[in-house]
Amino acid sequence: MLAHATPTTIAVRVRGLSDRAIAWLFIAPTIALLLAINIFPLIWAVYLSFTNFRANRPNAEVEGVGLRNYQRVLNDPDIWIAMQTTAHFVFWTILLQTVIGFALAYLIDRKFRGHAFWTTVILIPMMLSPAVVGNFWRFLYQPQIGLFNYIVSFFTGIPPSSFEMLGSVILAPWAIIIVDTWMWTPYVMLICLAGLRSIPDYIYEAAEVDRASAWRQFWSITVPMALPFIMLAVLFRGIENFKMFDMVMLLTGGGPGSTTEVASITLKREAFESWLTGRSSAFAIILFVAVFGLANIYVKALNRVKQR
Amino acid sequence: MSSTNTTAHSVVEPTPTVKRIAGAIVILYALVTLVPLAWIFLTSIKSPPDSISYPPKIVFTPTLEGFCNLFTTRTRQTPDYIQSLPAPTGACDEITRSRNMVIAGPSNYWPRFGNSLVIAFGSTFLAVSLGTLAAYGFSRFRVPLADDLLFFILSTRMMPPIAVAIPIYLMYRQFGLSDTALGMILLYTAVNVSLAVWLLKGFIDEIPREYEEAAMIDGYTRLQAFWKVVLPQATTGIAATAIFCLIFAWNEYAFAVLLTSGSAQTAPPFIPTIIGEGGQDWPAVAAGTTIFLVPILVFTIILRKQLLRGITFGAVRK
Repeated sequence: MLAHATPTTIAVRVRGLSDRAIAWLFIAPTIALLLAINIFPLIWAVYLSFTNFRANRPNAEVEGVGLRNYQRVLNDPDIWIAMQTTAHFVFWTILLQTVIGFALAYLIDRKFRGHAFWTTVILIPMMLSPAVVGNFWRFLYQPQIGLFNYIVSFFTGIPPSSFEMLGSVILAPWAIIIVDTWMWTPYVMLICLAGLRSIPDYIYEAAEVDRASAWRQFWSITVPMALPFIMLAVLFRGIENFKMFDMVMLLTGGGPGSTTEVASITLKREAFESWLTGRSSAFAIILFVAVFGLANIYVKALNRVKQR
Repeated sequence: MSSTNTTAHSVVEPTPTVKRIAGAIVILYALVTLVPLAWIFLTSIKSPPDSISYPPKIVFTPTLEGFCNLFTTRTRQTPDYIQSLPAPTGACDEITRSRNMVIAGPSNYWPRFGNSLVIAFGSTFLAVSLGTLAAYGFSRFRVPLADDLLFFILSTRMMPPIAVAIPIYLMYRQFGLSDTALGMILLYTAVNVSLAVWLLKGFIDEIPREYEEAAMIDGYTRLQAFWKVVLPQATTGIAATAIFCLIFAWNEYAFAVLLTSGSAQTAPPFIPTIIGEGGQDWPAVAAGTTIFLVPILVFTIILRKQLLRGITFGAVRK
């Protein structure tokens, strides 16, 4: 083996580029692109967050304002309300998607005839554009003519024009939660399915030998062994829904009033309508640090569960 | 009971009754989630009055009016003027005239759809090419700080797109990249390349190094070995990654709505702005939505295996 290895490396050096050169040649374009379009703007945003810069007045003099932008953001009650609204969305969408997604995965794992086909059918909503499909849900939610209201009234007898999913302060958040759950439950289902399939059969066989009931097997084998996967799904959906923008923008635009104004919508308003570029940069960085911090704490917890 | 069953089934195999019930629930769920999509399609072939009738119509006479309204801009004219015109040249002409209108010209739908195609495929091609090279580099060579670098690259995806858009907006304005296809391609490439490297590194890690080493002993250079040995082995992984990049770029809305407004606008920010006389023209919106969704539906069905592998693989590795 050794006798082979040395001449080859020498031969390669002589005939072509060295491994080191190839490594850099292969990695450099990606790094360059990321530096230009990810890292550089990020650093710029950090710089802007300490200034009073406004993008609609590019010629005005830029002044450093120290930490004032951060102070203002953290003391702004509207921003805290937006954070609460976001937390509310994240909580309910994750709860619904995890429960329904796990249940579906469990049922699909019963391996009935045609389960592969129906898994693909269930996946369809998550492949579609949240903006384009969300826009169409606006039509389904119309009070008199919308299909959603009609179906609800068909099953409950409530007149279809008596409630407005998007116009009511109480119902609007749920209108968004329903669309998000419709769209993203398949994703949670898929990850849970991977989890269920990773449980080796012999564990169930051993439980069967010990005469453990199906209920007992579900709670002491299936759930704990699939838990790391469920937690992963929760993490990904949590990060995504923390950023939720498209659907809210198109369904309610943050309204009625500001009942569905999540953090991304507030950020958009501050940055691209009020043009408070410095202040919104500070807000953006606070959001990033919050997601990053929470995600890291969560990953630590996840690793502890995995090790058990 | 269990002893008779074990001959036909292993202990972990569910009984036929359990399977039937599970199947029924899953199929019911699948059908319910398809209702909104079926409704999009049905609305696209309804006339505007049919689309807003109460109760919602399931039986109706299909018409191409929605598609005609999607593809054209129209102006209202007097019946006398319409009478004086030469005979209509096509189905859309006829439908439009029956509404006392005349086609004024093509709408922006196809140009916007074309932008979506160029930007989605362009950025996918770039992200996958760059991603494959970088993934090979990270997989086969010792790169200083590789893990930290990869993790940091991936973590930029945690930022809300609006937050990223603020400095990008300023930078693009400075360099003349706002509202250009090139700008959007670069941006989507940068967003996708982090995921592409991450996924592809996993796929390439699975290919045994011995294959390349054997090829190099046979006289291939490293580049040749990469091209002729590693790439063919990685095709499934590359396909799976490409689908993800494509779906992201095709569906993306937040960057598109903030950074494009005119000539480079993609379909997602355009479709919600389709309006007719007196409010949203729902059949036209539905027609635009249908055409926009069809490519993704076809992709999902044809490439479902790679797709499933990619989703679970990506998730489990992270």
